[in-house]
Amino acid sequence: MSTIRLTMVHTKYNLLETARVPIAIIGGLVFPALSLMFFVVPQRAVANDPVFATQAVISLAVFALLVNSLFGFGLNISEAREKPWDPYLRTLPAPGICRVLAQVFSTGALGLVSILPVIVIGALFTEASAPAWRVIVGMVALAIAALPFMFLGICIGYSMPSKAAIAVVQVVMFALAFGGGLFLPPFLFADWLNTLSQFLPSRHAREFVIWAVQGGDLEPWVWIGILFWTIASLALALFLFRRDEGRRYR
Amino acid sequence: MTTLAALDHVTRRYGDVLAVDDVSLEIEAGTILGLLGPNGAGKTTVISLIQGLRRPTSGTVTLFGGNPADARNRQSLGSTPQETALPTTLRVGEVIDFVGAHFADRVPTPQLATEFGLESMLRRQTGSLSGGQKRRLNVALAFVGHPKLVLLDEPTTGLDVDARHTLWNALRSQHERGATVVVTSHYLEEIEALAQRVVVMGEGRILADDTLRGVLDQVGLRWVRLESADLAGIGALPGVVRVEPGSGSSATLFVRDSDAFVTALVRSGIAFRHLAVRGATLEEAFLTLTAGADAAVTEAV
Repeated sequence: MSTIRLTMVHTKYNLLETARVPIAIIGGLVFPALSLMFFVVPQRAVANDPVFATQAVISLAVFALLVNSLFGFGLNISEAREKPWDPYLRTLPAPGICRVLAQVFSTGALGLVSILPVIVIGALFTEASAPAWRVIVGMVALAIAALPFMFLGICIGYSMPSKAAIAVVQVVMFALAFGGGLFLPPFLFADWLNTLSQFLPSRHAREFVIWAVQGGDLEPWVWIGILFWTIASLALALFLFRRDEGRRYR
Repeated sequence: MTTLAALDHVTRRYGDVLAVDDVSLEIEAGTILGLLGPNGAGKTTVISLIQGLRRPTSGTVTLFGGNPADARNRQSLGSTPQETALPTTLRVGEVIDFVGAHFADRVPTPQLATEFGLESMLRRQTGSLSGGQKRRLNVALAFVGHPKLVLLDEPTTGLDVDARHTLWNALRSQHERGATVVVTSHYLEEIEALAQRVVVMGEGRILADDTLRGVLDQVGLRWVRLESADLAGIGALPGVVRVEPGSGSSATLFVRDSDAFVTALVRSGIAFRHLAVRGATLEEAFLTLTAGADAAVTEAV
């Protein structure tokens, strides 16, 4: 019980700390909504088509989670490694799991908040639609497909200082967003780009959530890709985490 | 006396570096223990072992009878973050509430703020505080949970004299209310002002563990420089702990009592020139201690 209470306390102050530098949230909250407004809503060919519009909304929801995971984990971890506040928190009578879960919850909460405007704008200004239960299934699929983003954020956080992390997070974010068909739908891609795209976790997440919301066939490369990226990025994150423990104490 | 924390033959390595070398130490309730030593002596490592931040390479560390790595055993432990550690965007009151939320029995924020002179800045973000204000907040955080044992690592490094004295007074009044305090420092002055028992560390080992008076007698050396044709004769005078030959006929000496030494020097009739005397810095006193040049010092080790 007290572990849950302390996890909530840590989550609250994590969020409070993030909220004090609003620019940090703007990237995560406003950017996906703005992208939908500028890229999708004016293109009536897409916006007026229920299937394409829904796919565009899903793409930008995936993008929202991608941004939040990379920034939330990548930047926070690399900054925490540079500051002695985290070691101090470890001297308080709270189990370590509280701090880890708090990081997941606060990033998750911001991710959820950043999806809402995308869904609202999608529902109001485009023909995107889905039954309520499909939306919920889509959310669950989104949470699963976002695991590699989270682990990649952790990898970035543990492998470089925060100034480098800012740049790398942005490059990775845009590469995955464009390459994964989150901004432009993959049917507009050249063949070579489409092939490349099928190896990216952002493309897997997009196809997986579209399948969860709209139904249809799930290509094997999608779920194999998600499985591969989850395991590979988790393994790398654990490796970097362990290596960091040794380095920090030198 | 109750033992609050203990190190039993503890060794800690960082790769090839031996930070703590076979240290045994018991911290009993009721005292202010000063942990004194030059940079790199292993003080901070000892503190972090008791905090459960690091595990010993060999030996055991106990905190309130249990393993410090278990969060439950840290309920009565108070520690301070480093000055640069505070999350700059949180307000002073929020930081106190955040840390206070970890303790079953906590001092209300306004009361703690009054005790440490922070009441006027509870609404300010910690990034806007001066160095002295940050230190006071950091030290206050150690006391928010009514701790039985408080560990302060270099609490006043970089503070001006006034701020240092304010902090010392706050520490003394907390101690009078029953907190046992361990304070590390490389300033002898700070240890003199606060500590009752003093542990001197050097190169990962405990060099001395005594009352304040006892340790002062060992490290409170005077530095003497002079030139003379008969340095050997001067080195043999009573109270000379160590002689460092300089260029030509000059030498640096460390003596227990410079007044007695000068009297003895004059009486000996040995010719000398350019006599200069000052207090030895702690660094110099430690070098003398570690060199083990003096029988009494060697015994204490």
